[in-house]
Amino acid sequence: MALPKYTEPHYRIWHYVYIFICTCVFFFLIAPLFVIFPLSFNAEEFLSFSEGMKNLDPDAFSLRWYKDMIYGTKNPWGLAAKNSFIIAIFATLGSVLLGTVAALGLSSRHMPYKGLIMATLISPMIVPLIISGVAIFFFMAKAGLAATHTGIVLAHIILGTPFVVITVTATLSGFDHSVTRAASSLGSDPVNTFMKITLPLILPGVISGGLFAFVTSFDEVVVVLFLAGLENTTIPIQMWTGLREQLSPTILAVATCLIILSTLILVTAELLRRRSERLRGINR
Amino acid sequence: MSSETGKILTTDGIPLEVSLKKAERKNKIKAFLLVAPLLLFLLITYIFPIGDMLMRSVDDKMVTEMLPKTFKSMENWDGNEMPPEEVFEAFYLDFQKLVEEKRDGKLSTQLNYTKNGFKSILKKLRRKAKNFEEGNYKEQIMSVHKRWADVEYWRAIKRRAPAFTSAKYLKGMDMYKNEEGEIVNVEEDRRIHRVLWLRTLEIAFFVTLLCFLMAYPIAHLLATLPMKYSNLLMICVLLPFWTSLLVRTASWMILLQQQGVVNDFFVMIGLVADDNRPEMMYNKTGTYVAMTQILLPFMVLPLYSVMKTISPSLMRAGKSLGGTPFITFWKVYFPLTIPGIGAGCLLVFILAIGYYITPALVGGASGTLISNQIAFHMKSTLDWSFASAMGLMLLAGVLAIYWVYNKLVGIDNIKLG
Repeated sequence: MALPKYTEPHYRIWHYVYIFICTCVFFFLIAPLFVIFPLSFNAEEFLSFSEGMKNLDPDAFSLRWYKDMIYGTKNPWGLAAKNSFIIAIFATLGSVLLGTVAALGLSSRHMPYKGLIMATLISPMIVPLIISGVAIFFFMAKAGLAATHTGIVLAHIILGTPFVVITVTATLSGFDHSVTRAASSLGSDPVNTFMKITLPLILPGVISGGLFAFVTSFDEVVVVLFLAGLENTTIPIQMWTGLREQLSPTILAVATCLIILSTLILVTAELLRRRSERLRGINR
Repeated sequence: MSSETGKILTTDGIPLEVSLKKAERKNKIKAFLLVAPLLLFLLITYIFPIGDMLMRSVDDKMVTEMLPKTFKSMENWDGNEMPPEEVFEAFYLDFQKLVEEKRDGKLSTQLNYTKNGFKSILKKLRRKAKNFEEGNYKEQIMSVHKRWADVEYWRAIKRRAPAFTSAKYLKGMDMYKNEEGEIVNVEEDRRIHRVLWLRTLEIAFFVTLLCFLMAYPIAHLLATLPMKYSNLLMICVLLPFWTSLLVRTASWMILLQQQGVVNDFFVMIGLVADDNRPEMMYNKTGTYVAMTQILLPFMVLPLYSVMKTISPSLMRAGKSLGGTPFITFWKVYFPLTIPGIGAGCLLVFILAIGYYITPALVGGASGTLISNQIAFHMKSTLDWSFASAMGLMLLAGVLAIYWVYNKLVGIDNIKLG
């Protein structure tokens, strides 16, 4: 963004103002996440920086809250983490399976009522979560699935599939259908063609949709609040209760772990997106 | 063509047109069968339950089922003067049955909603009805209490005859049907829902505006910087996007609390006195700040993807034709970004209007939205039909915006990351 030499002074000033504004916005976006980091190592039971921390005194820092997170008595985080992972993994598998198959049908040019069906399939993403929560709760209560893992997994499949449908249809929009026709003409049956030809090509889209579904499930709290019983507590529920009742630094330790997890997911998603663009020849 | 030449036949002797149609139909079915599992799953677990919400929100069968004979006999009664003997008899029979089943308490609660004063006279009737003699129930009931001789109370019962009601929707807008059946506003000091609807719209609008004002410059920067730098800066947008909503809300709670980092900073630069730290959380300010930061990526990403497609040579051409940078930007660049602006604003607005978690945690009493009210009725008052009605009113608003979005941008053009 270097300015050409002939730029007039007032545009030069405007340019620096613009850069300053952008810096502020980026700071606003990212800085809040970095407050959690140092505070999670606080030796005191406060959620603000102690004098010792401001002077970088090593005694003011400790792993106390991480220990509490893992070994703390009666702590709910172990069970919550286990439940969260189990639910997220099954919800992701379900979403990917249903979503990918549906996306294959949707991107066929023979699909009737495409717009209407697409709108229906995407709706869980658009409808406010609180309404989805109420509706899904009514269904699960009637079906006797409230306060069960199955119920929560099904609810998260509902919320996760739109992401898979969107990413996979996007990937398929650049898909050259002549390769599947070539495979069929060489005598391959449809299932074989899908597994050997189509799937490897659309895999980046499928995986990134899966990541979205995973994160959606792992982070979901509104619907789970309606559905979960004590046995089905998840990390978001524990964080929600913690934030409402008493803000303990243990929550910050958990939050730090979650930020690290989301960084890993972000890196994976970015790598996949680039790979997918390269495969589809979109890369400029 | 085919109709002129008559019949072009395929190798197996079927007219080409027929064969083609058959193949097309087969393909259609094939495509549909692929979508069918998900569609069916969503219909059963999601779309029908939303319909169920609709049923619950207008359902008023409880009283209808409790007084079947009464309402049947009331069909011929115009409500101008006291009902005839047969109505009294039917009411007596219905009521005795309810007393036997110990459901008369429910009836009195329900009727008391419609008109105050039913509770005591039903209790009295219950006591006296044991000693009623057969025949002439009109006289006997009317002698229990003078209100039973008041035609107003019988009209109130008749008003509960329909199995469906719009009462919950009216309540959601702080209105009700009065005794003459007119729709009127509730008293000034009891209008809580209208304030909430307006606040929800106001917060969603200003959050969208703030997001737009902040996202436009950085999306522009991201789209014009060389790939090397923009990829790095993109992380600043994507990391919050992928981070748990609760984690981000937690960080705002830490930042905005009275002894928090932001207040510390204000004290340090001398903006506020140490003993007079402003309350920035548990009010509207908290909701605004946190929601803007949380929804900002949803504005940046669509803007960025549109800006990325605008060729820089257009700006150069504008400048070479004598436009100042500002004029070139306003006349050339800005109009080209309008699709992105539309997509981003509608997306953020839709998300903001249904926000629940963040306002509940940082909003306090003055910063909560309509979603929080719905959750309150689902969990605390257990008035599920009212929660359903409010939810559907919100849904209607969102669907209207979604429809506009679909017309403007097309639902297929949603981009993620």
